[in-house]
Amino acid sequence: MEERIYLDHAAAMPVHPGVLRFGRQFPDGFAGNPSTIYHEGLVAQEAVLRAREKVAGLVGASAPASIIFTSGATESNNIAVRGTALRNAKKGKRIVASAIEHISVLNPAKDLQKSGFSLTLAPVDRYGTVDLDALGAAVTPETVVTSVHYANNEIGTVQPIREVAEIVHDRGGLLHVDATDAAGRIPVDVERDGIDLASLSGNQLGGPSGVGALYIRPGVRVQPVLVGGGQERGLRPGTENVFSIACMGEAARLAGEELPGESRRLRAIRDSLIAGVTEIEEAYLTGHPTERLPHHASFRFSRIEGESIQLAMDMLGIAVATGSACTSRTLEASHVLLAIGLAHDEAHGSMVATLGRANSPDEVPRIVRAVEETVKRLRAITPL
Amino acid sequence: MADQIGYSQKVMEHFMNPHNVGVIENPDGYGKVGNPVCGDLMEIFIRVRENVIEDIRFRTFGCGSAIATSSMVTDLAKGKTLEEAMKITRDDVATELEGLPPRKMHCSNLAADALHAAIQDYRDKQKKG
Repeated sequence: MEERIYLDHAAAMPVHPGVLRFGRQFPDGFAGNPSTIYHEGLVAQEAVLRAREKVAGLVGASAPASIIFTSGATESNNIAVRGTALRNAKKGKRIVASAIEHISVLNPAKDLQKSGFSLTLAPVDRYGTVDLDALGAAVTPETVVTSVHYANNEIGTVQPIREVAEIVHDRGGLLHVDATDAAGRIPVDVERDGIDLASLSGNQLGGPSGVGALYIRPGVRVQPVLVGGGQERGLRPGTENVFSIACMGEAARLAGEELPGESRRLRAIRDSLIAGVTEIEEAYLTGHPTERLPHHASFRFSRIEGESIQLAMDMLGIAVATGSACTSRTLEASHVLLAIGLAHDEAHGSMVATLGRANSPDEVPRIVRAVEETVKRLRAITPL
Repeated sequence: MADQIGYSQKVMEHFMNPHNVGVIENPDGYGKVGNPVCGDLMEIFIRVRENVIEDIRFRTFGCGSAIATSSMVTDLAKGKTLEEAMKITRDDVATELEGLPPRKMHCSNLAADALHAAIQDYRDKQKKG
C-alpha cells in the first residue's frame, strides 16, 4: 500500500519531534505542583515560567505574565469573550464578532445574549475578508469586546488585523483575536498588531492537545469563567497541566524558530496544489487567493458532496477535511462558506487541505490525481 | 451499533463500487427525493415487468451513506414484486449495510423513500392507463 498523506493539520497536528525530545528530558518520577514551595514545586514553577516566556516570545508579548495557560483554544476563546464582556459590562453590553469566527467564539457570544448582551456579526466579502466599513459601523462606544480571528481555519483567509484593531480602539473597545490557526505559521505580534487578547492552541503549534493559552494585554480586566483556586491569575483555576504546558512552550519556541523557512516551504507546496486542483473542471479555490495561510488550500467542487469527497480520498490514502454539513455534528452547512456567499448546495462540496512538516512537494502530483479521480467518480453518480 | 467507529465495511464497499448506477430511458417509474440544499438528493428509475422490478438504476448527490444506501436499496429491490419492494424500510437498508452511524439514519430513509416514490409513480401511471 502507498504511504498515507495527511492533509488535515488544521484538525490535529502531529507533535513536533523536537517537542517529544524535550518532553523525554523530564526525569522519571517527575512530579511537582507549582503552588508548593519545596524543590519539586519550584521545578514545576520553573517549567511553567519558561513555557510562559516561550509562548510570549512567539506572539511578541513583552510581559510573560500576560500569558495564561488554559485547556485549549476553545477555553481561551470562552474566557476572552465571556470573561471580558462580563467584567467590562459597565461600558456597554454590545459584542461584535466577524461572521466567520470559530464556534468557540460565536457560541459564548450567543450565550451572552441571554444575559442582556447584543451580538452583531460583521460580514465578510467573498474571499472571507472582514468588511472594515461594516465593522466600523457595528462597533460602537458601547461595544465591550470585538472578536476577529487572525486567520480562518476553513478558508485560510488572513484578516487585516491592524486595521481591525484601529477601528476597535478608535471606539474605545477591546479586541480579541483567535490566533489559533495563524500563530506559528505567519508572524503574529500582539503589540505591533494592537491585540488586547489572543487565543492560542498548543496542538496547532506542534505541541500536545488539551493545552492552550490566552494572551491578555496588561491592564485588560477579565472575569474568571471557572472559579476555584487562584492559579493563572485566578483566570484558570486548577493545578497547572505542567507537562503539557512545558511542551506547548517548547512547541511555541520551535514554531517561531522554524516559521520563516517552513512557511516559505509550505507556501510553495500549497501553490502547486492549488494550481493543480483548480485545473479540474468546476473546481474553485475558496478563501483569499493571496492573503491566506501558507499551509492552507481550500476548494469547492460543483455538483458533489464533501463527505463523499473525504471518504473517497481516504480510500486513496489521503486525509483531507471538508466543511460539508454531513460531517458536522449539527448537520448544518458551514457558516463560513455561507458567509462568503456560497449557496447551500455549493457549500456542501468543499475540501480543505492543510499542510504540515511531513508534507513534501513530491506528494502534490499524487494528491492532484486523487482529487481528479474522486471528483470524476462522484460526478458519474450525481444527478445534478 | 452505537459504538461503531466510522462506516461499516459493507457501506464502504457500496460507496466505492456502487451497484446499479445510472439512468433508465423512459422508465416505468421514477422517484426523486431530497434536496441539494440539504446535501442529499437521490433519484431512482425502475423498469417493471409483470409486477416485478426487472431493472433499477439510481443517481445520488450526497454523503457516503446516501450513496451506499442508494446502491443497497437497488440491490434489495431488484427482482422483487412491487408489493415486496414497497415493504423495504430504512431499517432493512441499514441492517443490510451492517449498520449506519445514528446521525446518518436520515440518509438511508431517503433511499427507501426514493424507491417507494418510483413505485408510486409507476402505479399512478398505470391508473391513468
